[in-house]
Amino acid sequence: MNFGNLLKISLRALGNNKFRSFLTMLGIIIGVASVITMLAIGQGSKRSIQQQISEMGSNMIMIQPGADTRGGVRQDASSMQTLKLEDYETIRKQVTSVVAVSPLVSSSGQLINGNNNSPSSLQGVGLDYLSIRQYQISEGDYFSEQDIRTAAKVCVVGKTVVENLFPDGNDPIGKIIRFNSIPFRITGVLKSKGYNAMGRDQDDIVLAPYTTVMKRILSVTYLQQIVCSAVSERRTEEAVEEITEVLRYTHKIKVDGEDNFTIRSQQELSSMMNSTTDLLTILLSCIAGISLLVGGIGIMNIMYVSVTERTKEIGLRMSVGARSRDILSQFLVEAVIISITGGVIGVLLGVFCAILINVVAQWPVFVQPWSVLLSFGVCTVTGIFFGWYPARKASSLNPIDAIRYE
Amino acid sequence: MATVISLKDIHRDFIVGNETVHALKGVSFDIMKGEFVTIMGTSGSGKSTMLNILGCLDTPTSGSYLLDGNSVGEMSRDERAVLRNRKIGFVFQNYNLLTKTTAVENVELPLMYNPSVSSVERRDRAVKALQDVGLGNRLDHMSNQMSGGQMQRVAIARALVNNPSVVLADEATGNLDTRTSFEIMVLFQKLHAEGRTIIFVTHNPELSRYSTRNIFLRDGRVMEDSFNSDVADAAAMLASLPIED
Repeated sequence: MNFGNLLKISLRALGNNKFRSFLTMLGIIIGVASVITMLAIGQGSKRSIQQQISEMGSNMIMIQPGADTRGGVRQDASSMQTLKLEDYETIRKQVTSVVAVSPLVSSSGQLINGNNNSPSSLQGVGLDYLSIRQYQISEGDYFSEQDIRTAAKVCVVGKTVVENLFPDGNDPIGKIIRFNSIPFRITGVLKSKGYNAMGRDQDDIVLAPYTTVMKRILSVTYLQQIVCSAVSERRTEEAVEEITEVLRYTHKIKVDGEDNFTIRSQQELSSMMNSTTDLLTILLSCIAGISLLVGGIGIMNIMYVSVTERTKEIGLRMSVGARSRDILSQFLVEAVIISITGGVIGVLLGVFCAILINVVAQWPVFVQPWSVLLSFGVCTVTGIFFGWYPARKASSLNPIDAIRYE
Repeated sequence: MATVISLKDIHRDFIVGNETVHALKGVSFDIMKGEFVTIMGTSGSGKSTMLNILGCLDTPTSGSYLLDGNSVGEMSRDERAVLRNRKIGFVFQNYNLLTKTTAVENVELPLMYNPSVSSVERRDRAVKALQDVGLGNRLDHMSNQMSGGQMQRVAIARALVNNPSVVLADEATGNLDTRTSFEIMVLFQKLHAEGRTIIFVTHNPELSRYSTRNIFLRDGRVMEDSFNSDVADAAAMLASLPIED
């Protein structure tokens, strides 16, 4: 029997029992729809976290002093002096896979304006820092190259700082505030970024030229951190390797020697967050998968009943020349048609539910194309797997008994 | 005349529990092309077993069965299915039509399992077969919209559509009233007149008058095998029946 005839026969058999076919399908529909929806929720939250990370600068690389041992005792990072301004200059000049580099030194203290004050940390950074961390200036200007050269007492502040120090809504631009006892002139205000994925207020920030912080506040010659941006997120790995190579060379570290610096990239953070959301996705999918399994068992159940109910029909088909494999294929095709049609409806319903959840509950959702393909695959396999046994039973019926079955 | 069916010393044993039941105990006969044979016997005579073997649904325990020269006894299940598809047309007592299916589609069924028949040819042949049994005007009637006589005609058309070597009818008039039974017998006689080989299995001895040859089975053996020189005309019988309102 050719496939066209097979399909025709199976479709007709299903058509003769429309309501029952639909009920059988319902199990698959609900199963697939829940898989699609759950995956969409999982992927949605993953995407939203990824987006937040990329707002922090997804191609950001942080270089910290480290692995400094004195007499076998590992030293605290802040006391390490292995990162120098020269390293910043070297990276800037020699590493080709980074587009922006900035030193970072910070000091915490009290910000004071008149009778308002708030604890904050003053970050000494370079010109590239804004682009690395994806900050933007909303009012005023960023400090200049000139300010860095002269270690000028100027700063740029975040929204939270403005709210804390200027509660009466005065324009902060040009105003003088004090960090501990040192006066700083505000040249600009940063555009608000809100809280980051870790719950840290990204607007509670004061940026000043790194020279100012190093010379006037900390009186140090070493850097606490160097931050850079790789050319692209994909080339972060490459940039990390290049920086390592350059720094090892300039730090004169022997081939078997340990790095005296540590490089972290935002990618690590992102993969950590991803593993969390992946776990969530897997959990949700498992629950959804169980409902798909139940749907599959539903198919098996109905197909079994159908084989018994249609024994006479099977007997007739055999007596007019259907071979065992013709009967087997017919029942298998019926099961697969049910599961695939259920799959198509399920995908549509799942996407609809995902959109509904997005609109009503405001949850981030994202329907991955592969999750749709996966569902189709699983449906077909479910149909074949659960249709096989009843189909096998139908095909092994004895035609003599089947035709006389009442 | 070519031999269509050749049975030699057919035995068929069934094992029921610890006992062996001998349903057929050495049956032999040949059936030529164009014969109209009635196989008769009471319940338990072995006629159902005979029918199953003739229809290639079952194989004999011993003995040889040649259908159009093919030795059925040595065939596998699937080979017999193909043989049924090409060489045998079944007509059952309870019609066995597919429900919610039109007359044409029911008749097309055997050809669905024959890949060498295209869908166009299948339809043409089904329509032709239905016209031959007098249902040319009911092609698209559903099986549940027809009377018993009409359903049996559809079943006969289905048995004819593959142009079989032999038509096997199992109590084909058993579920029909007298008048309709004769209408069906008229149809069988017409088919016989067209040269078809027909085997009619029944427990009703009256029907033996309308066939050319009668085989009586009793307790698994052929008791009588006689040719009927005086075949009664079913059409005349039908005409003599009082017309019911």
